[in-house]
Amino acid sequence: MAADDAPAAPAPATVPGTLPEVVRELYARFGENAFLLQPTKDDVPTLWVGKDRLLEVLSWLKTGIARPYRMLLDLHAMDERLRRHRGGLPPSDFTVFYHLLSVERDVQTRGRGDVRIKVALTGDKPGLQSITRLFANANWYERETWDLFGIDFAGHPNLYRILLPRYWKGHPLRKDYPARATEFDPYMLDAAREDAEQEALLFKPEEWGMQRASDDHDFMFLNLGPNHPSAHGAFRIVLQLDGEEIVDCVPDIGYHHRGAEKMAERQSWHTYIPYTDRIDYLGGVMNNLPYVLTVEKLAGIEVPDRVKTIRIMMTEFFRITSHLLFLGTYVQDVGAMTPIFFMFTDRMKAYDVIEAVTGFRMHPAWFRIGGVAQDLPRGWDKLVREFVEWLPRRLDEYEKAALKNGILRARTIDVAQYNAEEAVEWGVTGPGLRATGVNYDLRKVRPYSGYENFEFEVPLGRKGDAYDRAVVRLEEMRQSVRIIKQCLDNMPAGPYKADHPLTCPPPRERMLQDIETLITHFLDVSWGPVIPPGESSQLIEATKGINSYYCVSDGSTTSYRTRIRTPSFPHLQMIPYIIKGSMIADLIMLLASIDFVMADVDR
Amino acid sequence: MSALFTPQVIAALIAMVKAIVILLGVVILAAMLIWVERRLLGVWQDRYGPNRVGPFGLGQVVADMIKIFFKEDWMPPFVDKPTFVIAPMVAMTTMMLGFVLVPVTPTWGVAPHLNVGILLFFALAGLAVYAVMLGGLSSNSKYALLGGLRSAAQMLSYEVFMGVAAMGVVMCTGSFTLADIVDAQKGCWFIVPQFLGFCTFSLAAIATTHRHPFDLPEAEQELAAGYHTEYSGMKFGMFFVAEYVGVVLVSALLTTLYFGGWRGPFVDQLPWLAFPYFFVKTSIFIMLFILLRGALPRPRYDQVMDGGWKFCLPLALLNLLGTGAYLLWKQGG
Repeated sequence: MAADDAPAAPAPATVPGTLPEVVRELYARFGENAFLLQPTKDDVPTLWVGKDRLLEVLSWLKTGIARPYRMLLDLHAMDERLRRHRGGLPPSDFTVFYHLLSVERDVQTRGRGDVRIKVALTGDKPGLQSITRLFANANWYERETWDLFGIDFAGHPNLYRILLPRYWKGHPLRKDYPARATEFDPYMLDAAREDAEQEALLFKPEEWGMQRASDDHDFMFLNLGPNHPSAHGAFRIVLQLDGEEIVDCVPDIGYHHRGAEKMAERQSWHTYIPYTDRIDYLGGVMNNLPYVLTVEKLAGIEVPDRVKTIRIMMTEFFRITSHLLFLGTYVQDVGAMTPIFFMFTDRMKAYDVIEAVTGFRMHPAWFRIGGVAQDLPRGWDKLVREFVEWLPRRLDEYEKAALKNGILRARTIDVAQYNAEEAVEWGVTGPGLRATGVNYDLRKVRPYSGYENFEFEVPLGRKGDAYDRAVVRLEEMRQSVRIIKQCLDNMPAGPYKADHPLTCPPPRERMLQDIETLITHFLDVSWGPVIPPGESSQLIEATKGINSYYCVSDGSTTSYRTRIRTPSFPHLQMIPYIIKGSMIADLIMLLASIDFVMADVDR
Repeated sequence: MSALFTPQVIAALIAMVKAIVILLGVVILAAMLIWVERRLLGVWQDRYGPNRVGPFGLGQVVADMIKIFFKEDWMPPFVDKPTFVIAPMVAMTTMMLGFVLVPVTPTWGVAPHLNVGILLFFALAGLAVYAVMLGGLSSNSKYALLGGLRSAAQMLSYEVFMGVAAMGVVMCTGSFTLADIVDAQKGCWFIVPQFLGFCTFSLAAIATTHRHPFDLPEAEQELAAGYHTEYSGMKFGMFFVAEYVGVVLVSALLTTLYFGGWRGPFVDQLPWLAFPYFFVKTSIFIMLFILLRGALPRPRYDQVMDGGWKFCLPLALLNLLGTGAYLLWKQGG
């Protein structure tokens, strides 16, 4: 077991001469002493920088460097106070990390276009400079970091809680904040508390710099949600209206927050898998993938080809079911009620296959660390073949009946438009980014789990409007069918689990052969596997954009910190920017075309 | 006693009975439409629709009615009570009153010979706007208000050319009376000479009943339930039934104005055919409305306005001009 090993030996990337390009550029600009290069198990160059030089470094990375890092992919923090295996890292109580991405670099260097910058903070009331002026989408990320860690960002325009209600006490992702319900007093909702909670939900326009009236008339403030037919979940957006025109709006999230990242610090590496299913609850095993890939990197597991191919096949199935629901609700939000019923029929057919393979329909939790739960059942190929032959004809019908309809086109073309530059600035990924014409699909740019062996195209839009976003997704379903067909025709033979001591659950066949295997099996199944210390992450092209898991192991049976970067979060943040000046009906089309899931936003 | 039952009194009684039968028939038909619509949509959408209560789910209507009658008639505390109560009544009344004009058969009809005829229908349609507007306004709720606003704007713009469109028919007949209009279609239904008028009139008619795709005042995806967001129980039921009565009325009017009403082959020899003809034609329109709901997305509010003012109104005017020119040319010749 690797539980008490020292932190991983420096990765080859840190050997002089083979430094990642961005590290060399940063050293050349700011001097080697300004940074500390941290070895990680993923390929992301990770640099520690002093608090005072952070802004300088980030702004140079965004604007100064050749092929700049224009997208802030992720920003969050971790509580380092209880971490044992820190191995030469700067002293820190709280570490804030910034994950930047350069789409241009990533495409050119085949997946080496991101960089992680870390800042060490000390004390019980940590704080640093806000970067909201630099990256538009840092706003919500900093609010979340404040909310969950209590890290203050000086210069942030409205540093309020975002996932938790305003009246909340404490910062849950701190290590001293309890994780179990039994550690709290029983919850009581009396009249006084109910009033206080209602009061906390009241929208005060002044807080957001909004006027209640213009020179000659009052504005109407409309609460759209959290229970609204088109809000696609518990999502609230407060609109400042002039007639039906949206002057400004404030999205309000957090109604679906379950503390998934906190739970990860309590569940074993293995038992956390079902929680990931429920992050993007339409994505099923698509959510398992980045998590198990991250953990496998930490554990050093290389999975067999059959596992890779099975994983791709099942995730593509979920891409199809998710996109079908998107398209159905999208067309329904334009006001046409019929297509969604047909699409549900198709989804049922897909779920029948998924159920036959995994034993569950929406949340199979079927991937395992080092493999999948079971081998494919006998006769799976017949079921899959039936589905891939069924779907394309239906997709053609939907294109003809729904997407070519004149009213739908009039409602969506040129509506809720944003261009490639704006998309990158706000951290938009996935079909929303490709609809603006940016050819950026992680399955092509940085293939994972064996995507490099598949032939498929990346559908692109042109105008970045609500219509293109639907067309791109429709075409993506066709490509997914293509990928599944290739899985069907070329499914490799072999085991469905890696032969590795940390594979969980371990292969049972050898369990009773000798005492060592039996002990390992017993420990892995009862406590869960002990993953060697280190940091790792995996970005994947999920149904709605880039989903990534960033896991820090402290050499124990649970994760020390699990950061889940979900695509829907930045997508919602962009709404006010896009929709100002449009009508309510356009907002509905924007919401429909984003394709978000509130569980994915709030985690 | 016998002096009381003079022929006039008997005639009046018969007329009253007829009126009651017609109105009841309309209400029952409208209620049945709830079932018809759900079943038809079910067929088109690859699903069953209501099929549990009674044979073919026919009892669904009864079940719905029982539910809606006995549901607590709750009024939100913030509404303007008198107006809130009146609004659904106005909706129901105006739509039902429209039926007095329709000649169901040559002998059945409440007042098909009324000399203002079609004008009364326009007046009632104008009043029906108040139902939605008052409902939206008195609810004191933002979604309802937006729904009310939308309906006011939509109905105003659509009624303008609805009148213009129907004037073509009136000019061809030379009378506002619906019975005369049916008689004038003895040779040829007005759908042929008045095709443009038919197109614009039917669009406006759907808009008046605010049925899909003109259901912007209650666009679920945008305004929750629009003007009747705050309504529940039988008050909501009245709005609901009024919508279906509206569908029946508009279908009956389309039949009467453009498709010869109760006329059809052999109806002069076999007068009993009149009602089946009328019924079948009206039903076809009703089903067409339902199919529209199943087939079309909803345009945006400003697109609906544009469609009304920039497309339908010029078309209706063109139709009026053409009809006028033709009639003058015929007279001169």
